[in-house]
Amino acid sequence: MRQDRIDFVHNSERALADPTLHSSVRRAMVRFRELQRPVIGEIEEWQALREYAHRVKLHTLSHLDQYLEQLERQIVAAGGQVHWVRDGAQAGRVIADLARSRDDRTVVKSKSMTSEEIELNQVLEAAGCEVVETDLGEYLLQLAGDRPAHIIAPAVHKSKDAIAKLLAEKLGVPVYDDAERLTRVARDALRRKFLAAGVGITGVNFAVAETGTIVVVENEGNARLTTSLPRVHIALMGIEKVIPRLADLGVFLTLLPRAATGQRMSSYVSLLTGPRRAGERDGPEEFHLVIMDNGRTAIQADPVMRESLACIRCGACLDVCPVFERTVGHAYGSVYSGPIGAVITPLYQGLDVAGELPFASSLCGACGEICPVKIDLPRLLLELRARVVQAGGASWAERLFVRGWVATMARSGRLRLVAPIVRLLHRAVARTGIPLPYPFSRWTQFRELPPPARSSFRERWPFAAVGRRR
Amino acid sequence: MRVALFVTCLVDQLFPAVGEATVSVLRRLGVDVQFPEGQTCCGQVAFNDGFWPEAARLAQKFIEDFDDSDAVVAPSGSCVAMVREFYPVLLRDESALADRVRALGRRTYELSEFLVDVLHREDVGAHFPHCVAYHASCHGLRGLHVTTQPLRLLAAVRGLELRPLPGVEECCGFGGMFSVKFAALSGSMLDAKIGAIESTGTEVVTATDSSCLMHIAGGLSRRNSPVRAMHLAEILAAQ
Repeated sequence: MRQDRIDFVHNSERALADPTLHSSVRRAMVRFRELQRPVIGEIEEWQALREYAHRVKLHTLSHLDQYLEQLERQIVAAGGQVHWVRDGAQAGRVIADLARSRDDRTVVKSKSMTSEEIELNQVLEAAGCEVVETDLGEYLLQLAGDRPAHIIAPAVHKSKDAIAKLLAEKLGVPVYDDAERLTRVARDALRRKFLAAGVGITGVNFAVAETGTIVVVENEGNARLTTSLPRVHIALMGIEKVIPRLADLGVFLTLLPRAATGQRMSSYVSLLTGPRRAGERDGPEEFHLVIMDNGRTAIQADPVMRESLACIRCGACLDVCPVFERTVGHAYGSVYSGPIGAVITPLYQGLDVAGELPFASSLCGACGEICPVKIDLPRLLLELRARVVQAGGASWAERLFVRGWVATMARSGRLRLVAPIVRLLHRAVARTGIPLPYPFSRWTQFRELPPPARSSFRERWPFAAVGRRR
Repeated sequence: MRVALFVTCLVDQLFPAVGEATVSVLRRLGVDVQFPEGQTCCGQVAFNDGFWPEAARLAQKFIEDFDDSDAVVAPSGSCVAMVREFYPVLLRDESALADRVRALGRRTYELSEFLVDVLHREDVGAHFPHCVAYHASCHGLRGLHVTTQPLRLLAAVRGLELRPLPGVEECCGFGGMFSVKFAALSGSMLDAKIGAIESTGTEVVTATDSSCLMHIAGGLSRRNSPVRAMHLAEILAAQ
């Protein structure tokens, strides 16, 4: 799928032009941070758990074939079916065929970023199914024809007023102003869909190879209904979601909710192993697991970028990112936003499409510090920058600036020659206020230049009586 | 104790008083400060902007310039993080250099880290009768884990009243080329930082990095704010 270049400068400036967007998203992000801090702080071995989870993920990623085949064997043994798909188009076809073969063509869906990645809803609708998102935020976005703005808080950019108007317009209810009432309206609408649905589609947070168990973590109970009410449950996962052992799940279930929502435990954690068995009262008659590549093996084969596949989609790197809070997800031109999006979108869509994203960071490091599976996000952003420049992605002005800088700094003798000239220019600019060339022109849009120094430190060294006065 | 000062290119060319203050504090504590005159720039500007082969040239030069020093001290967390954290990444294919790179990283210190963790000094004999708010520069904080060292040094300065800065660990928005490539985003981050600084009613804002301070000072003067931006070294040098 060809895509236009993602223009993050333009997108971010458009987001910044909306003064309420930043303040409302910031409020939500600060709330997440405040919830995360104590529940992360209370785990004494947090750093060790992050390290452990990182190692489990990287171990799994270097033995993916082995663990995925084990997962398949166990799923089949539990009475489920496994479908291997190369890309989003194939996943869409497989899932649409499964859904279309039923009489009851209503499909309920719980939140899944992987399904957003492949625009599954559009595929299913084109195949004649009615698809209903059942996560509250996702449901609102579906009604609005919008896309998720945050990995775990998809409707974070929508105000309560906007939601009230949306529900009134789409469902013919009055414009309510309290959140509980609004939630009840959505719930009533969704309950009817759950009861009518023949197929339920979920994502997968973890798939345990050892037991053939898929794990779905959520807070609204909608995923549990999605997996238990319809006759057919289809779970869609990227190949990187597999973990080897059930014993390791505890580590991930300690890390994920704390980093994601600041909860000790999510409200609903479902461990599902195959369809309903004889004698069981609920659960689907059929269970299908769709295991999708969609560009992941290429990342797996890249030793430097491989660790980006360790991501458990908690969204914590978005919550702490000063750039995300000001731009919100849509600016990243992909369903994956924030620091992790700035790393994986260029890998999925190509440096020519998304090469600007890795530069859209002040490298403050907050993302790398919070990541519960210890992905070194700032370093991965830097690695991608190097690839972009190597591929010729830097502007001529930038090349001129950096190469001029490096040529000057390569010998202190050159610096001694060049510095006084630059200082003269600096003084002239400070005196006259003449317009400056890039990159300095962009600096002075928002701040003053520092005043020129009378002489450099190296010209002053060795100064004799230093230490007494400033 | 002998120490090689890495003054950093920014301090050398734009803020020489910060370099002088650094020397002044170190000498006051009895440190023999050397200044290897061949030194220029650690290469971070090029590295962070994706120009790795160019950055590697400067990194190799840095290693030569500081090879025979016992300890290297710089008034910048960001440049020290470059040496300690990123030289091993940048020079990973130069296996012959690996040991030297690691050893250099281990003996290169940010100023406050050197004073508190190596010299075990918190009171450096400074007198600075002003209100001060401290901003935690990102690379020092998260790259080097410089957390309490600057605060302990400030707490021991006579006459100084420390004003807690809301959002102390939030980035000021500088980020090198980020500040010009994504100028509006960077400017918005700067606005938030300056709003926080002004909310404290402080006279002075300080940090361990002249780059952050250059950004903050540029925003303060654009707003005609009376708050002054001063490097930690300048406060510690004041008597």
